[in-house]
Amino acid sequence: MTAITALLGSSRPNRWGPLGTTAAIVILAAVALSVLGPALSSADPNASDFASAYAAPGAGHPLGYDGQGRDLLARLLTGSRTSLLGPLWVVALSMAAGTIIAIAAAWVGGWLDSVVSAALDVVFAFPGVLLAMLVAAVFGPGLSAAVLALSVAYVPYIARLLRSAALAERRKAYVQALEVQGLGAVAICLRHLVPNLIPLIAAQATLFFGYAMVDLAIVSYFGLGVQPPDADWGVMVAGGQSGVLQGYPAESLLAGGCIVVLVVAFNVLGERLSDGSGQGGTFGPSRWWRPRRGGAA
Amino acid sequence: MNDLLRISGLTVRLPLDGEMRTVLSDVSLSIAAGEAVGLVGESGSGKSMTARSIVRLLPPGALVEGTIRYRGNDVPSLRGQRLRDLRSSVSMVFQDPRAHINPVRTVGDFLTEALRVNQRVARREAEGRAVRVLDEVGVADGPRRLRQYPHELSGGLLQRVMIAAALLTEPHLLLADEPTTALDVTTQAEVMAILDELRRERGLAMLFITHDLELAAAVCDRTAVMYAGRVMEIRASALLHDHALHPYTAALAAARPSLERRAERLVTTPGRPLSAFEAPDGCPFSTRCPHVRQRCHDERPDLRPLDGGQVACVRAEELAVSHD
Repeated sequence: MTAITALLGSSRPNRWGPLGTTAAIVILAAVALSVLGPALSSADPNASDFASAYAAPGAGHPLGYDGQGRDLLARLLTGSRTSLLGPLWVVALSMAAGTIIAIAAAWVGGWLDSVVSAALDVVFAFPGVLLAMLVAAVFGPGLSAAVLALSVAYVPYIARLLRSAALAERRKAYVQALEVQGLGAVAICLRHLVPNLIPLIAAQATLFFGYAMVDLAIVSYFGLGVQPPDADWGVMVAGGQSGVLQGYPAESLLAGGCIVVLVVAFNVLGERLSDGSGQGGTFGPSRWWRPRRGGAA
Repeated sequence: MNDLLRISGLTVRLPLDGEMRTVLSDVSLSIAAGEAVGLVGESGSGKSMTARSIVRLLPPGALVEGTIRYRGNDVPSLRGQRLRDLRSSVSMVFQDPRAHINPVRTVGDFLTEALRVNQRVARREAEGRAVRVLDEVGVADGPRRLRQYPHELSGGLLQRVMIAAALLTEPHLLLADEPTTALDVTTQAEVMAILDELRRERGLAMLFITHDLELAAAVCDRTAVMYAGRVMEIRASALLHDHALHPYTAALAAARPSLERRAERLVTTPGRPLSAFEAPDGCPFSTRCPHVRQRCHDERPDLRPLDGGQVACVRAEELAVSHD
């Protein structure tokens, strides 16, 4: 994900503006922190020491402890890995599936296009979080179930946008010229259609990374995602709730703050990328912080 | 039969505004190996549609009747690899090179793609061949051009690149769809000269689509004149231009301004060109023809052999007599 944004950024970073650049830096910093995690905190994120529950920050423990006496910084850092890898999988799976479905529908057209569009409309009916909880309820809680369910739920949003973009691209004269040159459909799609849709795909992937992060945090918050003692930020927000009541809001605030900062960063960057992708408007599930644009969808 | 391409009774209907509309009606045409055939007519007369039928580049939902045989293969029934083989053997040069080349890939990618993907030629060798063909079409400094993007090249250069791409796969038939219409008048002549010369050198057959009767006469062995989705006349180009048999051909030739004679007004043909689906039951040109008779409204004339060519006009003989 960040590889794509970094790749796109290397050509013309200025078009993102200061806000977009800041967002990109925040994202890169978060990735660096999660990769370097163990090097930055020597404490074991899962070792509890009840004597130091809710203890204030001290030497070697710059953020203090949670209610079970675990080092907060170490848990935030390990949690960041799950919180970043989860959405990465969701985005990778839903983007791959959505792109393949969209291009197949746009290229073949006819009955396949009708069937795909109808199937996408059916999946549209299921909100991602609900689907994830349903899957967790049926197959047991866990991160992979939630990731798979969210991936499926996001496919229609991605496939619908990419289908219309691929249809427009398919009708362009250069694609017909390639057909006349005797190139096969697969070759034209892989070598021309997908590369020319990459800016749009990258913008959508960035936006959906933010959505997936929130949705996975919600699932974890309800205890249906990552299972204790493993940490992710959603689990930590939930785990810190009792502390909030007792006057120790640090765990919930820190984990929640991380989610908010990163989601905002991904949204800002996604908007900037889609502005530059040459395709009008972006398209995704409506959120309270980002209402669906009137008529655009 | 030594015909490379033989089209007979080709009728194409397209879904337009919810109904099937005829765009080509009973088109018959053949091209021998190494022969250049011109296809002349007004906009919307079905010239491009004929060329596109040959490489099966018709809009979705098109209904095709009649036969198209290319080297003995029945084109409308080709699928998959055999269709790709046909398309490798028939190259097309389009009117607007800028729209027909992927703008975000380099010229080198465009030129070598068909070779590398279809014929598994190594990149280095494909680029070597591309540079040689670029040199033949008059594009110097090939290695540098290969690394450039389409927007860095002028229209004339880009059309030469497209001709180079069409020649690179060593086709047997070239479909040139108004290859010089989008170019400057000065580059038109150069591009045309290159196309004509390379075609003759390689013994390539060509279907040359143009508005320009004189250009067709200069480049092509035979010329077919189309009107409202039908072929009105096919004859040796020189004969067609100087002694038109069909009133429509005569009208086209008369409408052409000449450098030799001074005209107060340009000659026009009354009425507007009809599409195939608007054409009346009789002769499609009967609504505009100065020599129209009742017979022309009653029956639709078929192409019939006359004077070394074919013509679709019931009064062709008497009109030809009256010309002389």
